[in-house]
Amino acid sequence: MTAWLSFVAVGVLASLGAALLRVWRGPGRADRMMGAQLAGTSGVAVLMLLAPVEGWAALDVALTLSLFGALAAVGFVKAVSADGGGDPEEDDEGIVEPPPAGGASDG
Amino acid sequence: MGDLATYAFTGIGLVFFAAGSAGLLRFPDVFSRLHALTKADNLGLGFIALGTSFQAGSWRDVALLALIWGLMLLAAATVSQLIARDALRERDGE
Amino acid sequence: MTLALDATLCGLIVAVALATVLGRGVFRAIVFFIVYGLLLSVAWVRLGAVDVALAEAAIGAGLTGVLFLAAVGKLARTGAEAEPAPGRPHLPAALACAGLTGALAWAWFALPEPERPGSDLAAALPRAGVENPVTAVLLNFRAWDTLLESIVLLAALVGLWLLARDEDWHDRLGLPQHVRPGGVMESFGRLLPPVGVLVGIYLVYIGADRPGGAFQGGTVLAAVGLVAALAGLIRTPRVTGHLWRAAMVVGPLVFLAAGVAGAALGAGFLTLPEPIAGGAIFAIEIALASSIAVTLAFLVIGPPERGHRR
Repeated sequence: MTAWLSFVAVGVLASLGAALLRVWRGPGRADRMMGAQLAGTSGVAVLMLLAPVEGWAALDVALTLSLFGALAAVGFVKAVSADGGGDPEEDDEGIVEPPPAGGASDG
Repeated sequence: MGDLATYAFTGIGLVFFAAGSAGLLRFPDVFSRLHALTKADNLGLGFIALGTSFQAGSWRDVALLALIWGLMLLAAATVSQLIARDALRERDGE
Repeated sequence: MTLALDATLCGLIVAVALATVLGRGVFRAIVFFIVYGLLLSVAWVRLGAVDVALAEAAIGAGLTGVLFLAAVGKLARTGAEAEPAPGRPHLPAALACAGLTGALAWAWFALPEPERPGSDLAAALPRAGVENPVTAVLLNFRAWDTLLESIVLLAALVGLWLLARDEDWHDRLGLPQHVRPGGVMESFGRLLPPVGVLVGIYLVYIGADRPGGAFQGGTVLAAVGLVAALAGLIRTPRVTGHLWRAAMVVGPLVFLAAGVAGAALGAGFLTLPEPIAGGAIFAIEIALASSIAVTLAFLVIGPPERGHRR
């Protein structure tokens, strides 16, 4: 069982490593933030997989990570808002629908 | 029996993680990548939590696994909304 | 297979560390730094150091990232040059970093081979008053270090507050926060804190017997307060608030009081005699956790400033 759980953990870490290419490339801030989010989810998954091997106290670390899961993103949208204390949902009226074909080609 | 469930569910979870990463790398724009990320990865995390819970020695650990997954779902839901809104603004601002 | 796991983990950590340092762009470096903290906390679990993993998860992957993001946002708003000029490495900084790395490497090799603390610690542990050996070392056998650390944290906050301008001094801490009523961020700010407070108190409480303790629990509580403040659900306090100032110093004060009590009972300053050790450590943990939570949250929120006045 240890070998299998380690194998799955290696797989999750490998997918994390692949996703880090997106953090490196970007191009937008949002792309990089998504990479951090994925790393958080993968980290929690690896800790869950390690729990039967290393002891269930590993779940306390996963629990702590899950509490901090959204903190970085909340801090991020706050930091890039106009006055540093805003919420991207506030100025809904200012957002225009994307044109049918254009717009979505920043990748 | 329990071991078999662990093999199966954690394996399925790994597939979803791989799919999430592939989507994050291959999808063409930020919004479709967001779909890949939040849905696939958190489904994968659920399967891994489910698979791991068959190895748990006590119900306390099973409950903890469930709580962690719930918190990650809450975080993912919040984060994807906020990041998508910010990406919209970044695109419109340019 | 566990070897493959360790190798993958080590490779990722080194790659992410290199990406943090070598990549161009402050924002990219910050995101890689957050990932780095995450991977380190997984590595600490793999090494069996769950106490350290908890601290790394909470501080390295959690609060520090938010602090950096807030800093880069502020740089952008004030129009300061956040990005170094492309193509020209900063030579003095590179030399200073190389020198520091060399000194650390020398210190590492000059140190004697570390001994496993096994037998001495095992012999002393029954007299410590707690079952978690890490807590026993931090709050009893090597209490000096922990006491000074808690004071350093306080000094850092005082240093940060010195950056406030005179005319802002009586304002609330940090920038005014506002969100869309009933929006995603506000809902998150309502949902997370009840669970977070519970987890924070749990981590402080189990610190006596299992991995956890004042630093880890206090950091979680700080994050909870931060989320509530960022979601606009609570208003940040003022520098002049007496209750908050008391919360900031209660940890070091209770710690010092316990140390003096040890001296009065004849065991020596900061040495907790066996009969009172358990209770004293519990009291110190609770007081320290309050101080750490308040101080860390204030450090991230920043000095008082009025948002509408740039």
